[in-house]
Amino acid sequence: MSAIAINPIYRAVRFYEAPIGKKVVMAVTGVMLVGYVIGHLLGNLQIYSANPEQINRYAAFLHNPASAIPLWAIRGVLLLAVVLHVTASVQLWLQNRAARPIGYVKKDDVPASYAARTMLWSGPIVGAFIVFHVLHLTVGAVLPLEDINGNPNTPNVYENVILGFQNPWVSGFYILAMILLCMHLYHGMWSMFQSVGISHPRYTPKLKTGAAILAILIAIGNCSIPIAVMTGLLHL
Amino acid sequence: MRIILHIWRQRNAGEKGRMVRYELPNVSEHMSFLEMLDVLNEELTMKGEEPVAFDHDCREGICGMCGAMVNGIAHGPLPGTTLCQLHMRHFKDGDELYLEPWRARAFPVVKDLVVDRSAFDRIIAAGGFISVATGSAPDGNAIPVQKESAENSMDAAACIGCGACVAMCPNASASLFLGAKIAHLGLLPQGQPERESRAVAMVAQANRELFGSCTNIGECEAVCPKDIKLEVIARMNRDFIRAKCGVG
Repeated sequence: MSAIAINPIYRAVRFYEAPIGKKVVMAVTGVMLVGYVIGHLLGNLQIYSANPEQINRYAAFLHNPASAIPLWAIRGVLLLAVVLHVTASVQLWLQNRAARPIGYVKKDDVPASYAARTMLWSGPIVGAFIVFHVLHLTVGAVLPLEDINGNPNTPNVYENVILGFQNPWVSGFYILAMILLCMHLYHGMWSMFQSVGISHPRYTPKLKTGAAILAILIAIGNCSIPIAVMTGLLHL
Repeated sequence: MRIILHIWRQRNAGEKGRMVRYELPNVSEHMSFLEMLDVLNEELTMKGEEPVAFDHDCREGICGMCGAMVNGIAHGPLPGTTLCQLHMRHFKDGDELYLEPWRARAFPVVKDLVVDRSAFDRIIAAGGFISVATGSAPDGNAIPVQKESAENSMDAAACIGCGACVAMCPNASASLFLGAKIAHLGLLPQGQPERESRAVAMVAQANRELFGSCTNIGECEAVCPKDIKLEVIARMNRDFIRAKCGVG
């Protein structure tokens, strides 16, 4: 075997060049992002703790200067995952569009796979949501964020979330984005198995059901917070 | 019964085409779809007009020659059926049907409803075969094959290469066709020596033909006249990944 063929970088590039390689990259980065979505939700659910200080203690733990290196390492990995996921999807989308230059006068969509056909809509809207979300509750570019004792390392998450979600437009956008995320995750969570070559007539239908249940649970968990604020269940 | 047809008419690959409306007042419900087109073509010929060009051969649903989009569904509304095996009894009096050729960059229109599917032939030539020393037929059962593998391989081998999967796929992807061919040979002992190189070569050829890629939507599976399942695409992915990464 020649030196170029065993060079791992060259092999990785050749693998990525193929559409199946890009789909594998989307599946692997998808797993990482789903993992983060679940972890993030579990952290957020602490807002329902009887003690309002619970979620602020959690935020202080994350923002502790001592954990800055792992925090930024995780942020870096997630950002890289997002970049790879989006880059691969845009490249595939352009290729797929070019594969049918002349469309049909009449086209029917046979199976009920709305989520699959709308991945390229749910994806960018969720992406725009993430940017807004970071500006809204991490950077504080939408509303000024409150800190405990003026220390930026101990944000008053409880108060910021409740003040933030009292705006019905903001809450509405969060809920819409979470419904789209639910559809995106449903298709993504079973489809990633297919992309890496795992499919079985007996288990794939169960996998689809499992993906649907998990996607709906994530959506319920995420939507519950703005709803709880707007209905007054969560208040200052 | 009365059927109104809107058919894509295109004189040749170079010219622009358009939809043309035809009315057939006396269609028998016992006719096959292609027999109805035969009747239309007889009328057009009598009137001195150019008949509608469409591909067909066996008219038994086994050769893979025929196929057109009927109201936006490849091979028409009946699942697991080629266009030639679709009968007019599945339509109602007064139905309006839109007939269009398969649309894909890799399948250029030759004339009317006829498209050039030689891209599929080039994919097969790239690796959809097994290399064996030819000679007299081997003894039956000389090579034992597991029952399950034999069944799955035969299911994949049912692919007739009609191109409906490409036509229906929003991405114009040939993945179901590729997967069927790769699974058919990759499941049998005779297909093992070239299993990985086959997947790589066929996938690479499909890329050169400018087919799209799979986004796991499943429209191909829904219109496949031979009921090939999405599972074969996972099998293709697996063989491809194994070949490229040396894992799996």
